[in-house]
Amino acid sequence: MQTTVKVLNEEGLHARPAGLLVKLANNFSSVIELAVGENTANAKSIMSIMGLGLTKDTVVIVTAVGSDAETALAEITNLFNNKFNL
Amino acid sequence: MIKGTSASPGVVIGSALLINEEELVILKFISTFELEEARLGQAIASAKLELNVLRESTHKTLGEDKAQIFEAHIMILEDPELLKQTLTIIRRESVNAEFALNTVANQFIAVFETMDDEYLRERASDIRDVTSRLLYTLLKKKKVSLGNLNGPVILIAHDLTPSQTASMDRANVLGFLTDIGGKTSHTAIMARTLEIPAIVGLGNITQKIKDGDQIAFDGETGEVTINPTAEQIEFYNNRHNAFLEMKHELGRMIGLESKTLDGFHIELAANIGTPKDLDALHRNDAEAVGLYRTEFLFMDRTSMPTEEEQYQAYTEVVLGLKGKNCIIRTLDIGGDKKLSYLNIGEEANPFLGYRAIRICLKEPELFKTQLLALLRASVHGPLSIMFPMISSLEEILAVKKIWNELKKELDNKNVPYSHNIQLGIMIEIPSAAIISDILADHVDFFSIGTNDLTQYTCAVDRMNEKIEYLYNPYNPGLLRLIHMTIKNARAKNKMVGICGSMAHQKDLVPLFVGMGISELSMSAMHVLSTRKIIRGLKKSECEKLVEKFLKLGTADEVKALLN
Repeated sequence: MQTTVKVLNEEGLHARPAGLLVKLANNFSSVIELAVGENTANAKSIMSIMGLGLTKDTVVIVTAVGSDAETALAEITNLFNNKFNL
Repeated sequence: MIKGTSASPGVVIGSALLINEEELVILKFISTFELEEARLGQAIASAKLELNVLRESTHKTLGEDKAQIFEAHIMILEDPELLKQTLTIIRRESVNAEFALNTVANQFIAVFETMDDEYLRERASDIRDVTSRLLYTLLKKKKVSLGNLNGPVILIAHDLTPSQTASMDRANVLGFLTDIGGKTSHTAIMARTLEIPAIVGLGNITQKIKDGDQIAFDGETGEVTINPTAEQIEFYNNRHNAFLEMKHELGRMIGLESKTLDGFHIELAANIGTPKDLDALHRNDAEAVGLYRTEFLFMDRTSMPTEEEQYQAYTEVVLGLKGKNCIIRTLDIGGDKKLSYLNIGEEANPFLGYRAIRICLKEPELFKTQLLALLRASVHGPLSIMFPMISSLEEILAVKKIWNELKKELDNKNVPYSHNIQLGIMIEIPSAAIISDILADHVDFFSIGTNDLTQYTCAVDRMNEKIEYLYNPYNPGLLRLIHMTIKNARAKNKMVGICGSMAHQKDLVPLFVGMGISELSMSAMHVLSTRKIIRGLKKSECEKLVEKFLKLGTADEVKALLN
């Protein structure tokens, strides 16, 4: 399953938002990936998420594969849309 | 002379010790997956053990803040991508763990090093620190230890890792110089915490200096001289003496009273954000806490701190103050500070919007939780409570109504609390300053928040560069409003303080003393220099200064009068 989200918060995916995303992703058994252009990142790894260097307004494709993929995508979309405010 | 980025002040002359990290030779050889996976697992486990020990000892010596660096290191150590990619290479190429790990780490480091964002770029050094720890373990090599040095030296290194600085032999390190790093890098922050003079970002200083070279440098200006001439040594010695004299002069202020020549005492208090700041408060001999910003307790988390958590935090501060008074400000959120779990909504003018006491009165549960925690903590030592962003008497009455209900609630449950808690308000909105004569009847003290008061009085957003010049502490209208507030408080015998950044501004202190201020609250580092100023003042003369000030119409004239 796949969905598209946009980074809305000013500071981009800095340590705090990246940490929140990792925490959220770890609640799901699905394999979750973020993709920007050629680059992909494991949503459960802080290093690979920060490594994408996501800044404001970047469009990200989120892919989830697994039994809880649908909920995972919904909650991740929510997190992005709320500018990483839970 | 070479110039770098000043990281920590102080002037030193001494001999150089070059920290040449032995280049690790990472050989590639064929091995079995099972063997290498086990080796990697063991290395990670032992590195985690080391990091936990380092975390503990750093917590003890340097505080929780610095200890968190190692928490981040553990997170990198356990990163699933780092592990997965390393195992993939081991399996695919049938190679040894160190070769695979080094390959993966270098890829990550390369990505982070090219980032535009300084914060993210700095993370490259964290990854390097963690992976080199793992590589040393895998190769069964020992890292150069800075824990035992033979004599006083100036360390010269490409970069110092957080682990190296944390375990450094502080008695023998005069200072350090590094090739890379910026003002906010770990090395620089550590240097300031340890009060060791340092310069970072010197380019290739490790190539220019040889072991044993004589080095002189000034951490404040960022200037380094290698093998200085007698004349240059004298120059650095003079600077060193001036620096020491200044420090000594301020040190002499410790234990002295903050009294004017004619015997008026002005309480010099510190602004704090977390219990950690108490260290600096005691070191700089601040007499009380004039402003404890409780926001930090609420920030960087996903839900509201419970009453118990807040009670613990306030108790820690009150106990840590050993009998000194603590003014605790209730939650001041909104404006430029947001909480992830509290939806304030988008606002066109957040500074004129839903913030501080306005939120607390609309969300009574949130407010009551904080007040209950404060009431309970009050049995451990003197504590005052201050409410931010008060603009009317109605708000004070609403706050006091809630306050009295809570006390009754605790009485009914037989929960003990102090009956001497003083209640005060921030004066930071002009409408409150203007009726401060009336408000003084309803509270025990005022604290003037000059940052917001300036912004609201002069209608100036200080983030807007075009009108920055209007954000001017010498504005006579602003200073008259402060004067009026102080007079109104004193007329009713109420304590009145200032807790904004104007409180420690050298040239304004005499004016505030003349106006009759009873307390000045500032960041702890300014306390001793402000005490020195106060001890040189005569209140009677400061009062004459106020008379002169009242005749002036422009900010420039005020500035000229005070300087």
